[in-house]
Amino acid sequence: MVIDILMPALSPTMEEGALARWLVAPGDRVRPGDILAEIETDKAVMEVEAVDEGVIETLVTPAGSSGVKVNAVIARLRTDERSGVSAGASAPAAPIRSAPSHPPETAPSSPRPSPPRAAEPIAASVVAGDPAQNRAVRRVTVRDALRDALAEEMRRDPRVFLMGEEVGQYQGAYKVSRGLLEEFGDKRVIDTPITEYGFAGLGVGAAFAGLRPVVEFMTFNFAMQAIDHIINSAAKTRYMSGGQMSCPIVFRGPNGAASRVGAQHSQDFSAWYGHVPGLKVVAPYDAADAKGLLKAAIRDPNPVVFLEHELLYGLEFDVPEGEDVLEPIGKARIRREGRDVTLTAHSRMVRFALEAAERLEQEGISAEVIDLRSLRPLDMDTIVASVAKTSRLVCCEEGWRPFGVGAEIVARVVEEAFDWLDAPPLRVTQKDVPLPYAANLEALSLPGTNDIVTAVRALLHRGDGA
Amino acid sequence: MTSSSQDDAAPTSSQTAPPAGPTPPRPKRRRAEPGRAALLAMYREMLLIRRFEEKAGQLYGMGLIAGFCHLYIGQEAVVVGVQSVLEPQDQVITGYRDHGHMLAAGMNARGVMAELTGRSGGYSRGKGGSMHMFSQEKNFYGGHGIVGAQAPIGAGLAFANRYLGTDAVSLTYFGDGASNQGQVYEAFNMASLWKLPVVFVIENNQYAMGTSVARASAETELYKRGLSFEIPGAEVDGMDVLAVRRAAGRAVDRARAGEGPFILEMKTYRYRGHSMSDPAKYRSREEVAEMRDRHDPIDMLKRRLLERGEASEEDLRRIETDVKEIVNDSAEFAQTCPEPDPSELWTDVLAEI
Repeated sequence: MVIDILMPALSPTMEEGALARWLVAPGDRVRPGDILAEIETDKAVMEVEAVDEGVIETLVTPAGSSGVKVNAVIARLRTDERSGVSAGASAPAAPIRSAPSHPPETAPSSPRPSPPRAAEPIAASVVAGDPAQNRAVRRVTVRDALRDALAEEMRRDPRVFLMGEEVGQYQGAYKVSRGLLEEFGDKRVIDTPITEYGFAGLGVGAAFAGLRPVVEFMTFNFAMQAIDHIINSAAKTRYMSGGQMSCPIVFRGPNGAASRVGAQHSQDFSAWYGHVPGLKVVAPYDAADAKGLLKAAIRDPNPVVFLEHELLYGLEFDVPEGEDVLEPIGKARIRREGRDVTLTAHSRMVRFALEAAERLEQEGISAEVIDLRSLRPLDMDTIVASVAKTSRLVCCEEGWRPFGVGAEIVARVVEEAFDWLDAPPLRVTQKDVPLPYAANLEALSLPGTNDIVTAVRALLHRGDGA
Repeated sequence: MTSSSQDDAAPTSSQTAPPAGPTPPRPKRRRAEPGRAALLAMYREMLLIRRFEEKAGQLYGMGLIAGFCHLYIGQEAVVVGVQSVLEPQDQVITGYRDHGHMLAAGMNARGVMAELTGRSGGYSRGKGGSMHMFSQEKNFYGGHGIVGAQAPIGAGLAFANRYLGTDAVSLTYFGDGASNQGQVYEAFNMASLWKLPVVFVIENNQYAMGTSVARASAETELYKRGLSFEIPGAEVDGMDVLAVRRAAGRAVDRARAGEGPFILEMKTYRYRGHSMSDPAKYRSREEVAEMRDRHDPIDMLKRRLLERGEASEEDLRRIETDVKEIVNDSAEFAQTCPEPDPSELWTDVLAEI
């Protein structure tokens, strides 16, 4: 019988990839484990292994094809009936690791497609008052925007260096540091042992002594091992020294949920760091802000916690050209203007807030979307001005509800803008449980566009049937 | 008691280090034995720390110093002996028993004492307290209240020295208690892997708060704690300032010459409790008396100075008078200078851009 060989997913978030080359030709006999092809995404190159034994009948997808969807038929295999190995009519090929490959939390392909997800990119709205508005722009992924920011700042200031796990030879677990080792060498792009507590402390010492370290955590989940140095050593020392000591350091890496990686790899730490005086905390959404804010963070004389998001890395946005475009830390960005309700969000939740605003517009509800960008300092002026206009507030965040970013914003709006409110503010957050692995439970736990739409309707006393 | 000094025979590690900075490592040199002036300076420094700490204890008892206050009495030879071989660019970082390190580093007694009383004239303008003082001018990097935190930070200072191509060495002090902290070993690993110019000085005063080394440590010979990281170590009589000086000289020269980290385990003793609130019931009166009477670092140096005719009773009396004056002046200053202005509450949280 003939079975289909399907384009495998290299990670839970992959939707398509390029078929770089075939290593087999029609007529070739293959056994399980033989390498059939190489496929590429923007993060990695992987080899595709045969699962079944048989003879290649046709190569459906030519070598060099890009944009091949996960689960598309890429080849057909005639199985050897005598071996009786293959019962199914189609089978995805099994990708295997090949260096450079993936961070440990990236699971091998699942035998079925990824869970349905919202359509990927939505265009960032044109922003009023954007200082970079009149510049030429080009489409850049968040990942490359971060890399460009690092490279530009390292060229500008020889004191800036990057250290962390797999930032050098491996090119970054998420490929954010791709190419930096080649340009800057191993004096300035430093692979560390897997010792977050130690290298965070070492970075703090280097900052005390006048360097400008950028410490990458493979994810912020692992920074819990280092949080003592982030808070006790980096954030508090200026105050404890009566202003004598400086700690210009950036702690950066992906924060929050990835996809299907379970509870220990999926926590949003925004509220944790936002709580601490002596830190600045930044969480950009689009590529332009990722770049402009990372550059500002590196130049900032204070410790900055820079929260990225794995599920944003691959998205493309317009980024203004030029090495001098910095975004100010502490200023929110109004992503969409509106009259009826204010939505606050940061990082990936901005996308859902914008999607929700589009859907609400079709119902005649005009939502203003504030991308917080900076959690500490928090731009209360922008939030209060917006609430004064809309009189309604929904705070959206990926983290847990208790003591969260929304809790803080709601409290301050009640303190500072109570008289403008027409309804109690609402929060859209993750469910108050460790993030589950199962696709359906994970989707139930994480907040998304529907949750925001539902919250806004409730706030405006319009049920789902309205 | 100086024994198993391995540094002379320390093997050169074959690990590849990242490229060194522009300044070529300085070759090691033979350090001369201290002359009369150097000996008297060490005597004076130890006495200053002793008298300063006694005064701090007194002010604590009067309620003028609050919170935690960890006295260095008994351990003076360690920091004074090490400091005697340092150069101005070398950095010092330690834990919370830090008053002695600050005085030895040349920070002034007024600023330290006024910080203890929480006054505006303190090194941190009253915002740090006993455990949190710093001096950029004297290359003193704290003053850290979290046990062991100074180990990776100290390695980071050494990292910066290598990165910037200076020939400074980081002197990273911690206690026997901290030597069981995981982050210390993370720091050892990176310091050795990258051959950083850092000397780890373990001040083994035998008790981590109230727990003796034997009750807390599977390996009680702490100078061996770097062996699995290829860091050589030596045990040193930390009550003998000259033994400390010799051992520190070798370790510091070695680090400055680009040969990587070294561990000095200083066997020392604190006469007082862990902090002012500790009655030290976990050890006997006799044990403390034995150390005070027979191994006191100041008495030992004093005997030597007198026996060898390097100083007269009159010389030492004059030093005693000078030191008392400095300490009394610092205590006076610490009580009379004002508390920080209320507006100070909000300053120094963030650097202005």
